Amino acid sequence: LLFKMSVFGPVVKIHPVVLASICDSYERRNEGASRVIGTLLTIDKHSIEVTNCFSVPHNESEDEVAVDMEFAKNMYELHKRVSPTEVIIGYATGFDITEHSVLIHEYYSREASNPIHLTVDTALQSGKMNIRAYVAQMGVPGKTVGVMFTPLTVKYIYYDTERIGDLLQRTRITASRTKGLTSDLSQVAGSAARIQDMLTTVLAYIEDVLSGKVTADNSVGRFLMDLVNKVPTISAEDFENMLNSNINDLLMVTYLSNLTQAQIALNEKLVVL
Amino acid sequence: MLEFIYTSATEKENSSQDHVSSGPLLSLFSQVVLKIIKHYQEEGQGTEVVQGVLLGLVVDDRLEITNCFPFPQHTEDDADFDEVQYQMEMMRSLRHVNIDHLHVGWYQSTYYGSFVSRALLDSQFSYQHAIEESVVLIYDPIKTAQGSLSLKAYRLTPKLMEICKEKDFTPEGLKKANIGFEHMFEEVPIVIKNSHLISVLMWELEDKSTVADKHELLNLSSSNHLEKSLQLLMDRVDDMCQDIVKYNTYSRNLSKQQQQKHQYLQRRQQENAQRQSRGEPPLPEEDISKMNKPPQPPPRMDTLLIAGQINNYCQNVKEFTSQTLGKLFMAEALQGHN
Repeated sequence: LLFKMSVFGPVVKIHPVVLASICDSYERRNEGASRVIGTLLTIDKHSIEVTNCFSVPHNESEDEVAVDMEFAKNMYELHKRVSPTEVIIGYATGFDITEHSVLIHEYYSREASNPIHLTVDTALQSGKMNIRAYVAQMGVPGKTVGVMFTPLTVKYIYYDTERIGDLLQRTRITASRTKGLTSDLSQVAGSAARIQDMLTTVLAYIEDVLSGKVTADNSVGRFLMDLVNKVPTISAEDFENMLNSNINDLLMVTYLSNLTQAQIALNEKLVVL
Repeated sequence: MLEFIYTSATEKENSSQDHVSSGPLLSLFSQVVLKIIKHYQEEGQGTEVVQGVLLGLVVDDRLEITNCFPFPQHTEDDADFDEVQYQMEMMRSLRHVNIDHLHVGWYQSTYYGSFVSRALLDSQFSYQHAIEESVVLIYDPIKTAQGSLSLKAYRLTPKLMEICKEKDFTPEGLKKANIGFEHMFEEVPIVIKNSHLISVLMWELEDKSTVADKHELLNLSSSNHLEKSLQLLMDRVDDMCQDIVKYNTYSRNLSKQQQQKHQYLQRRQQENAQRQSRGEPPLPEEDISKMNKPPQPPPRMDTLLIAGQINNYCQNVKEFTSQTLGKLFMAEALQGHN
C-alpha cells in the first residue's frame, strides 16, 4: 500500500553531501541513541538551499531532550571561518517527528528565523529511506503559538562537479561496495558504452513501434528527430580536413610532451646524478 | 593509428606502475569526495588553492579516510595561530560526535595539475613525519568538470623523506640518494568505499533525482584546455632553462676558479723555487681557500621540483590527448565515413 505524499509549497533544495553526512553521523551515534541531531547550513540566505551540515551531540530520554547548544555554537563559528557566508537554516534528525522535535525546534528558533526541519529515515522503517522536510507554522500571532509541521517538497540539487562524483558512486553496486578510479581511455570507453546502451534502448523502442507492438508517441518521435538532426551533416572533405588537423595538433602535442620528458630525464642524468 | 593511441595510453599506466606505493592502499568514503568537491565549488573559484585536513584511521593494511574538514583561506592577520587553534577545536568537536579524529593527511585543489611546489613538499613532509601513512589528495576541479572525477593521492617516497629530514639539498646529497624526479612522489591507488547505509542513500537519490545525466566526458572541444596546459608547461620549461643556465654559470665559475687556483699555486711554487735558488726564505703558503672562496652550488631541490612538475604536466597532456583522439575517432565513426 503505497501512498505518495505530493506536497506543494516552497521547495527545499538539498545537496547530497548533507545527506551523506547525516547518514555517516547516524552510523556513528552513541550507544542507545536512536537518532542524531544536527544543524543545517546554507550558503545563500535568500534561497532555501541546504549546502552543509554538522552533527550536534544530544541526549534524549523519555520526556526531555538536552541538546548541547554550546557545541553547536562553537562548530558554527568554526564553519563560519571557512565560509563566512554560511547561515544556520535548520536542523535534521532521525526519522519521524515526535514531541521531542518541538523542543528541538524551539532551540533552533532562537538561531534562525524559521528553521527547516529535515528528517532522514535512517532506520529504513518503511523499506526505503524517506527524506522529508518540514517547516513549522506558528499559530495565531500574538497569542499562544502552536507548532504544526507542514511538509515541504524536497528536491536534490547538485553542483556540476558534484554530479560527476555521484556518477562514480552509483556504479558501486559491487558486493564489496568499492570502486577504483578509472583513468584515461577507459573513461572514454565507459562513457561510450553508456551511450551505446542508451542507443540500444532507443532502437528497441523504435523496433517495437514499427512492428506495432507499442503505440507511437508523438513527443518521443519529436525527440528522436532532434537526436538524428543533431549529428551535423558536413561534407566528407571538410570533415576529413577538420579531423586531420585536430589529430595533427594532438599528435604534435604528444610528441612535444614526450620530447620534454626525455629532455628533463637527460638533464637530470647530466646535471644532478 | 589506433596502436599509437593504445601505446600512449598504456605507457602512462606502465609508468605509473613503476612508482605505485608499497605502503597501505587508500580507501575513501564517498562523503569525503563530496565534501572536497563542495568546498572547492563554494570557496575556491579562481586560482586560489583550497586546502583541508583528512581524517580517518588505519585498518589492516589500508588507510581509510572517513571524514574531512576544510581550512579557512589564508588571511593576512595571524594565519598561523589561527590554523593550529582552528584545527584543535575542530578535532575536539568532532571527537564529541564520534568522528575519527586521527589526522591522516590533507587535501588540496590544483590548477591544471600544478601542485609540485616547495610548500607542498614541506607540508607533506611534516605530515608524513608525524604519521607515516599520511597522503596528500590532489583534487583537480577542472578535469572533474570535464567529466571524470580526478582525485589522486600521493605520498613522498622514503628516499625523499630521508633527504628532507637531513635538509641536505646539495648536489652531493641528492646524488647519494639517487633520486630522480620520477621518484619523488609515489601514487597511491584510491578506492571508493561506502557503508551499506550510504548505498541505500545512493539508490534513493537515483530514484528521486530529476537531474539528467550530462555526458561532459564526450565533449569534443579540447583546444582551450590544451592551450592552458601548454602555457603552463612552457612557463615551467622556461624556469627549467633558467635553472640550467644558473647551473652552467656555476660550473663555469667553478672550473675558472679551479684554474685560477692552479695557476696561483704554480706561480707560488715557481716563485718559491726562485727564492730558494736566491737563498731567501720561501713565502708562506697562504691559505688559498680563504682567498678564493668556491662559489655556492645552486640548490638542486628546485630543479627536482621543476622537473617533477614538468613531468606531471606532460603526463596530463598525454592522457588528455589520448582521450581526445579516442573521441575524435568516435566522431568519425558517427559521420559514417571511412
